[in-house]
Amino acid sequence: MKIFKDKKIFSSNIGRTIISLLMGFFIGALILAVAGYNPLEAYKVMFLGVFNKPKYIVQTIINSTPIIFTGISIAFAYKTGLFNIGAEGQFIIGSITAAILGYLLHLPHLIHVFLIIVVAGLAAGIWGGIAGFLKAKFDINEVITTIMLNWVAFYSLNYIVQLDSLKKPNAEATYDIQQSASIIVLEVWKKSKEGINWLNEHLFFKDIFKTRMNWGILIAILIAVIASYIIRKTVLGYELRSVGHNRQAAEYGGINVSKSLVSSMMIAGGIAGIAGAIQVMGISHRISTLSVMEGYGFNGIAVGLIAGGSPIGCIFAGLLFSALNYGGGKVQYILGAPTEIIDIMVGVILLFVAVPKLIALFPRLAIIFSFTKGKMGGEDNVD
Amino acid sequence: MLTNIGFIIGIALMYAAPLMFTAMGGVISEKSGVINIGLEGMMYLGAFIGAAVGYYSGNPWIAFLAAGFASGLLGLLHAVASVSFAGNQTISGFAINFIGPGIALFLSRLMFNGATMTKPIPMEGKMPKPFNGILRSLSLENTFAAQVLNQYATVYLAFILIFIVWFIFYKTRFGLRIRAVGEHPRAADTLGINVFALRYICVTLSGVFAGFGGASMSLAVVSLFSPTLISGQGYIALAAMIFGNWRPRGIMWGCLLFGAAEGLAVYMGGRTNVVVPTQVLSMLPYIITLLVLVLFIRKSNAPAADGVPYEKSSSNLI
Repeated sequence: MKIFKDKKIFSSNIGRTIISLLMGFFIGALILAVAGYNPLEAYKVMFLGVFNKPKYIVQTIINSTPIIFTGISIAFAYKTGLFNIGAEGQFIIGSITAAILGYLLHLPHLIHVFLIIVVAGLAAGIWGGIAGFLKAKFDINEVITTIMLNWVAFYSLNYIVQLDSLKKPNAEATYDIQQSASIIVLEVWKKSKEGINWLNEHLFFKDIFKTRMNWGILIAILIAVIASYIIRKTVLGYELRSVGHNRQAAEYGGINVSKSLVSSMMIAGGIAGIAGAIQVMGISHRISTLSVMEGYGFNGIAVGLIAGGSPIGCIFAGLLFSALNYGGGKVQYILGAPTEIIDIMVGVILLFVAVPKLIALFPRLAIIFSFTKGKMGGEDNVD
Repeated sequence: MLTNIGFIIGIALMYAAPLMFTAMGGVISEKSGVINIGLEGMMYLGAFIGAAVGYYSGNPWIAFLAAGFASGLLGLLHAVASVSFAGNQTISGFAINFIGPGIALFLSRLMFNGATMTKPIPMEGKMPKPFNGILRSLSLENTFAAQVLNQYATVYLAFILIFIVWFIFYKTRFGLRIRAVGEHPRAADTLGINVFALRYICVTLSGVFAGFGGASMSLAVVSLFSPTLISGQGYIALAAMIFGNWRPRGIMWGCLLFGAAEGLAVYMGGRTNVVVPTQVLSMLPYIITLLVLVLFIRKSNAPAADGVPYEKSSSNLI
């Protein structure tokens, strides 16, 4: 019980996050038990579903890539006091850009990829910047503009997919991007004769190469480091944080608040846009008609919030979120327990992230708990 | 021509009603000083409970109330986090947007053999159209009047709720207190108003109203619940609230604007030879909203203490 007596655990960010996670698992277990499923078995299935095979681990990492990006996007805007609900739309703009440029341009491999990342980031940056501009110029709440822009982006994608010059016949999708725009690891080689032969001899690699393993995660980590650096070490970051902390004071201190709002939303939009481009270049290779929003932006909000607004934290929060969803999907398949338990768990985790004061109360609860336990059996002296 | 306009207005009213309920939920919470970004999750749960109870009970009114009750519980949860524990209201609200759909789909799978969609509600379980009989007996079917007036009961209730909320805010002492708490909780506290209790009531009510909004989607607009039924309507209700500048009448117009654009899209998509791509039509409500915001910009009327947790003294909890 020593851990409960160490109050620091309950006041540090990481400590609070860990307790929130534990509460998510605890309440998830309660709900599963009430619904008649064995929670331990369910968590075992989830754990094995993520770690049992190298392929699963790789898939979890692949799935985490877009939400790490959108998480960073939300975290970045959050530092300026802006709530970027628009990562979903910015992601879509990035993916549209990548699908068009990836198909129409014919360029050498690395140049093609680099150009797409830059242009997709710019396009989505401008898209996000609209919300920042409207906030700075007309004081229109960014929550409403980003929600509207999400839908405009959504329907734009559905419109663009239908264009004759891009639409693949008999498909609700565009033509695939050129090979030179793909960022799947060794994509050509693994389908070649020698690749197939080599992989047949190395089953470990054969297993993981079955996935669409791509370079996106490395770019995501790079972006997280850059975003973290901008926020913490640069003048721009200082200005953004000041505006987020107290807009009036920042203005008084000579910071151009309007410019900060626009640049913050542009950067946030750009990051979400790169995520969309990475998803097209690394996974889908095309864009398809959407019937509902895919949720990268919304899940990114959860990731950014669980990470407490830290871009580096987004890497871990994104991996965790992805693992929960990937492992959680197997709970349904194997045990028949509804996978939606994962959404409830994520919600509970967020709920506890929202209430640091409640978590600060935990030591007291633990003391009361250990006190009653001590009276009953005295086994609490173990520590 | 007139019947076509009637058709558009009819569709507009039908689609606006769920937004009106939910946006009233948003405004009553925010007027008391608590941001409620969880409207989407509350609406989602309400839509499911409405459809599920409607299917099993066959009584739309029991279903409607059950939906309000279930989402009210989510409102209560948001109140506990944001009022009692002075939590971050944005994060707490967003948590509801995971919990609401999570519970709805979880329950759906348990109750409907693993499906995330409820079975269709039988005809008698669906929301009635109160004027249907009268209009038919006057043989006014397919006329302008019928297109506009022959609405589900929820449509009329939505307008009544807007009136009630307006009346409470501006004509009663209770409403004055809500506004005081949302503008300056400390001053209100000094005057003997129980800030916590009032916020609890308002945030819980916001859940109830959002639940009604969801149920008026699943019991009236369509007659079942599916995972994509709500998809973003709660956020649009939130946008309508901001659009309407936190005033019931403005919010009503915001919801009607969305409904009208929806009606126009349905009309142009199905009844004319206009070759405007449906995707572009679907974009209209959102673009119009942005334009209206830019062109008719007024000073924002958000409650001053919106989003700021109130703490009696710094040591009341720890």
